[in-house]
Amino acid sequence: MKLTGAQILIKSLEEEGVDVVFGLPGGAILPTFDALYDSKIKFILVRHEQGATHMADGYGRATGKPGVCLVTSGPAATNTVTGLATAYMDSAPLVCITGQVATTAIGSDAFQEADVVGITRPVTKHNYLVRDVRDITRIVKEAFYIARTGRPGPVLIDFPVDVSRATAEYEYPAEVSIRGYSIPSKGDPDQILKAAALMNQAKRPCLYVGGGAVGSGAHKEVFELVEKTGIPITTTVLGLGIFPEDHPSSLRMLGMHGTVYANYSVQQSDLLIAVGARFDDRVTGHIEKFCPHAKIIHIDIDPASIAKTVRVDVSVVGDVRHVLRQLNKQVKDRRRDIRAWLEQIDAWKKKHPLKYRQSDDVIRQEHIIAKIGEVTKHEAIVTTGVGQHQMWAAQWYQFKTPRGMLTSGGLGTMGYGLPSAIGAQMARPDETVICIDGDGSVQMTSCELATAAYYKIPVKLFIMDNNHHGMVRQWQELFYRHRYSGSQLGASNPDFMKLADAYGIKAIQIRQPDQVVPGIKEALAHKGPVLVHCLVAKEDNVFPMVPAGHALDQVMDMA
Amino acid sequence: MKHTIGVLVENHFGVLARVSGLFSARGFNIDSLTVGETEDAEVSRMTIVAHGDDRVVAQIMKQLNKLIDVIKVVDLTNEELIDRELVLVKVSAPAQSRNEVMQIVNTFRAKIVDVNSKTLTIEVTGGESKIDAMLELLRPFGIFEVVRTGLIAMSRKSELTAPPKQAGVSTEVKGGVKKKSAAKLAKV
Ligand SMILES: Cc1ncc(C[n+]2csc(CCOP(=O)(O)OP(=O)(O)O)c2C)c(N)n1
Repeated sequence: MKLTGAQILIKSLEEEGVDVVFGLPGGAILPTFDALYDSKIKFILVRHEQGATHMADGYGRATGKPGVCLVTSGPAATNTVTGLATAYMDSAPLVCITGQVATTAIGSDAFQEADVVGITRPVTKHNYLVRDVRDITRIVKEAFYIARTGRPGPVLIDFPVDVSRATAEYEYPAEVSIRGYSIPSKGDPDQILKAAALMNQAKRPCLYVGGGAVGSGAHKEVFELVEKTGIPITTTVLGLGIFPEDHPSSLRMLGMHGTVYANYSVQQSDLLIAVGARFDDRVTGHIEKFCPHAKIIHIDIDPASIAKTVRVDVSVVGDVRHVLRQLNKQVKDRRRDIRAWLEQIDAWKKKHPLKYRQSDDVIRQEHIIAKIGEVTKHEAIVTTGVGQHQMWAAQWYQFKTPRGMLTSGGLGTMGYGLPSAIGAQMARPDETVICIDGDGSVQMTSCELATAAYYKIPVKLFIMDNNHHGMVRQWQELFYRHRYSGSQLGASNPDFMKLADAYGIKAIQIRQPDQVVPGIKEALAHKGPVLVHCLVAKEDNVFPMVPAGHALDQVMDMA
Repeated sequence: MKHTIGVLVENHFGVLARVSGLFSARGFNIDSLTVGETEDAEVSRMTIVAHGDDRVVAQIMKQLNKLIDVIKVVDLTNEELIDRELVLVKVSAPAQSRNEVMQIVNTFRAKIVDVNSKTLTIEVTGGESKIDAMLELLRPFGIFEVVRTGLIAMSRKSELTAPPKQAGVSTEVKGGVKKKSAAKLAKV
């Protein structure tokens, strides 16, 4: 029996095991929404397509399975661009399906036409324009395959309305064959031996682990490597959770707002072992002054990441999990040989711990976040916006579970927090999902409170209301002579309590420090979504801080 | 340094935009890019001439390799190459200088493809140095128009061909067909 293109598309999604789709309908995608109506796939109606992409992204990061969004053509498709770019920068698996005008109208500036394949080419791992109803199944199969394998990423399928109405026999391909696409898995054995040799000799080795290790599901292998060798480990913001931060070998996060001891360790190391990390400038600081004494081993699934910004002494291209399994067979316990180094690091840890000034009058974000960590036993899924609260969440939650921190690290997308929390909650309904957001960031996608309310998605949204674009204000305080150009939110913020109320969401306000723990507990005890409005110190700064363009050890810390 | 890069791509809709978009997005400079079908109608071959230091060129190659529609990438620079470009030159050639121009044409084994009382249009093929030398000699006569195809290149020894479109590559376990150079490129 012949099916319409729309039916074929939906059936293909079912075949790929899709259980939820985030989106919003419109003209060019109506046939597909009509087919979706008959499907067992759950549909989540969003309020803005950017939200749909962040939800799909949150779903993808929380599981490793591509999240899916479905939107119409033109303005809806262009609304997905920020979400696609966010997912692309952080290698989040996602499949985005956009409606398109009929193939016969493409190029004629038809109503709600946009060159979506052209617009999204630089922000997707791959994209497709479906031009023939007989190609749908192959394209869907390839899209999911490409999105989740290798270095994961977003894939877009642009789906013209006439193709969705055309008919064909349904047959789902059993296999994918793309001759231009290869997925590295095991590392080259010679390179593994070279890497192990360096690790077995180094006197001041340091592991630097990023989101690639999370994506590859390598937390056991990372743990084994550290346990076996005794080599200290620092992670990027996207690597948080890959290794328990309360472990004595953990140096916590490195980079611009990383711990002093992580940054000192990297700078002083004689061997840096980068695992699924890409030497982002927020991590390396001044690139020419980055770990000047170290040999560098780089393990990554993406050959193009290797030697992109730093010179590398030994590279291993492969899936981090496989490569670490190989490496773990070759490395030795180094604790005795690197004792002096470990003692030095301990001394740095004692001298420069992460700290904040607890106060009885104002609420410090560090305090709230540390308490959220304690109350949730460091096991919740945390999402964030972008800014100070994001860095404090990275510093103070104390992550210990992989896929526990979902944040826009590469693109730095304000507005990522709430929708990604909704996506993560849909993917993992039994977990506690907490969004730690800024009063600025949250307003970029706060319309999705309606989505959380309508579907009773029980995310806990903590808005850290410092009445500023805090991170911008911090830079202006430190580097622009306190000229707060465009960073004060002043009286323009909405009444967040009333906002929650307007959406029919429970609201809790935390106004003073002694309300912090009870407020958190009350929020967590509530079954549905909650907005926790936290009135926090207005002009605090995130420290430590390595100013942009400085070496990692040129760090400003709290006095 | 100048590099000549051979790229085999799937003859898919938009593939040229993917390749050229990559160059502009990453700030790489293209000197020339040519593209045409190969012996296999589903595969096109590009010859890209680009310049940059070794690291830049290594990045270009790796980034090209990452494109799903790119089947193979080879740096031909250090190969024994056959490289050719076709150029049309319309040059001023009134009676008094016509003979001299014709001599140059003969020396370079070029062809005259159009004539009128004031100009000659010359067709020449060759490698970069030959073309440059000839244009240099013609310049004093007054060049009205130059059209160049950009370089195409082929190694004398090794063949750059696409593996067959293989059926039966399983999904999760084995992955796609190896892009030959992908893993090797990055090996230090
Ligand atoms: C979409 C977007 N626009 C602008 C910025 C620049 N930016 C970075 S942090 C920041 C301030 C964020 O304010 P808020 O969400 O309140 O967080 P805070 O720093 O106060 O914790 C801004 C405007 C950005 N990262 N993303």
